[in-house]
Amino acid sequence: MSPASESQSAPPDPSRPALLSVRNVAKAFGRNTVLRNVSLEIAEGEFLTILGESGSGKTTLLRIIAGFESATSGELWMGAERLDHQPPYRRRVNTVFQSYALFPHLTVEENIGYGLRIARRPAAEIAQRVSDALDKVKMSAHAKAKPSKISGGQQQRVALARALVNRPRLLLLDEPLSALDANLRRQMQVELKSLQREVGITFVFVTHDQEEAMVMSDRIALLRSGELEQVASPREIYSRPATSYVAQFVGHTNLLKGQAQAGIVRCASLTWPASLPNGPVLFSLRPEHVRLAGKDKATGIVRTRGRVLNQAFHGATELIRVECADGLVLIARIPSGTGSHNEVELEFSPADAALIRDSPERD
Amino acid sequence: MFSRAYKTVVTVPPLVWVTVFLLLPYLLMFCYSFWSVSPEQAIVHSWNLENYKELIQKTVYWQTLLRSMGIAVRVMIFSLLLGYPLAYFLSFCAGKRKDLLYQVVIIPLWVSYLVRAYAWKTILGSDGVLNTLLQYGHLTRHPLDFLLYSPFAVVLTLTHIYTPFTFLPIYAALEHIPRNLVEASHDLGATPAQTFWKVVFPLSIPGVIAGATFAFVLSLGDFLAPLLLGGPSGIMISNIVVSLFGAAYNWPLGAAISLAMLVIVVGLLFLSERLEKKWSFS
Repeated sequence: MSPASESQSAPPDPSRPALLSVRNVAKAFGRNTVLRNVSLEIAEGEFLTILGESGSGKTTLLRIIAGFESATSGELWMGAERLDHQPPYRRRVNTVFQSYALFPHLTVEENIGYGLRIARRPAAEIAQRVSDALDKVKMSAHAKAKPSKISGGQQQRVALARALVNRPRLLLLDEPLSALDANLRRQMQVELKSLQREVGITFVFVTHDQEEAMVMSDRIALLRSGELEQVASPREIYSRPATSYVAQFVGHTNLLKGQAQAGIVRCASLTWPASLPNGPVLFSLRPEHVRLAGKDKATGIVRTRGRVLNQAFHGATELIRVECADGLVLIARIPSGTGSHNEVELEFSPADAALIRDSPERD
Repeated sequence: MFSRAYKTVVTVPPLVWVTVFLLLPYLLMFCYSFWSVSPEQAIVHSWNLENYKELIQKTVYWQTLLRSMGIAVRVMIFSLLLGYPLAYFLSFCAGKRKDLLYQVVIIPLWVSYLVRAYAWKTILGSDGVLNTLLQYGHLTRHPLDFLLYSPFAVVLTLTHIYTPFTFLPIYAALEHIPRNLVEASHDLGATPAQTFWKVVFPLSIPGVIAGATFAFVLSLGDFLAPLLLGGPSGIMISNIVVSLFGAAYNWPLGAAISLAMLVIVVGLLFLSERLEKKWSFS
């Protein structure tokens, strides 16, 4: 059973009806398979992030939803309507492109009004909605400017307004923040999220940045080599990663590989009791769950000593890499200001070690 | 960045070239256009405006000029009508065959102009391919004589010869349109036809202007096609210039007509550049 299908077997939120169903979508360009058997339910009003490395197929999936690519197999449903047979211009889906794709020969307000003019809305309504949209993205002052005369961040806002002004049922965003510098990017993450809550439109956001995904999303769909690895809320993805790939992709982690036998787990020099069937086991242990050992040892706590390989300052915390016995290397997140260490004793609670599955090798 | 010597070596040869082979001849022509020819067929270096007066007063000159412009406009329109769809098809629909088709469009440019003009002669003549076919198919009883030695033949030949020149800038302009603009337009609800008229065509206008200018300017100055295929009714202004510099031996009048054409052409080039700038957004 693939990791994705397991995490999907429970519906995301039964109170929200599914807006878009992606059913067994596969895509191949010639012999190159980009997506395999992707199934995903996107709920009404949800902020869903498709997260993955470059080449994982996330943009292809977005382009299939938008209608720019057709799936090799599989179906898209929006409610009772089959979406994948519709051309992109009939789908109530709008896209914010990675490079914004603003029309260079039109002004900012003409760009925003493009969809409404195509839909032949009355002129007064177009003017009103365009001006509201300009206000919403704080671009009223640049209404008459050509896209080449405004900054990247401003172009990004215009692209967003151009899509939202049509009140789509679903808004697709293809790494819209990747061209912005770090500060503006963080600011836009917050703005985008609050904008999404305000307008109540379902957002499908594509990014390779796991931090961005964490900050903004209701749910994250993690794509790896064209298959969904896990679909879950950011908290769940972080604290209960389904596979070793997810655990490593989202934040730092210690992967502990060991054997369970007769109610005891043995990972290198570490042992703790656990009621698991006999066989190989794999745990993900977040560095923040590994502490410098205190004076008193509580029951059930696992302890180990080791030599500090390096210590990296991260502001409020520091990450230390510790080589323990049997070649086991643990990463621990410790508070800053404890000085530099040569040898430390570490401890963690086995309850914090999340049992995960090994990700199968894929091309 | 570059040494003075390097700059000199690089810039002087083209400057000398342009001066010797372009500026000096034009200057000479300019002078000639104010001189005259004596009854004994000698060039008289007396400065006067007689040639320009004759140009304006004798209807044959400006009527021929007008007819030449009419032919050039028709060539321009037809080569746009042929070149634009071809460029659009190649740029947007040809897919993997794009490069091959591009070469196919360009190959005629490697064939000598004369060969192409003569080819039309053998096609359009009264014993030509077209007339033979028409009679064989009992579509006509007698050879159609308006096919050859007519403005029709000139327009047809020039359109054939200059369509690649219209095609190239249009194709380049279309290739420069980011494809995500087309996707964005579809995404915003525009059908392919709406997308063409609202996005693709406006962004290709600089190419259209450049292509139209090529077709018009090159046709206006053409003298071989009218000479070979035009007949008396297909004479163009350049044929008059050629004869004035040749058999008629009136270099001053020929120079005056040439300069008048030069002014028209330079004016057009200037205008077309202004228009291209106005419509370019990159």
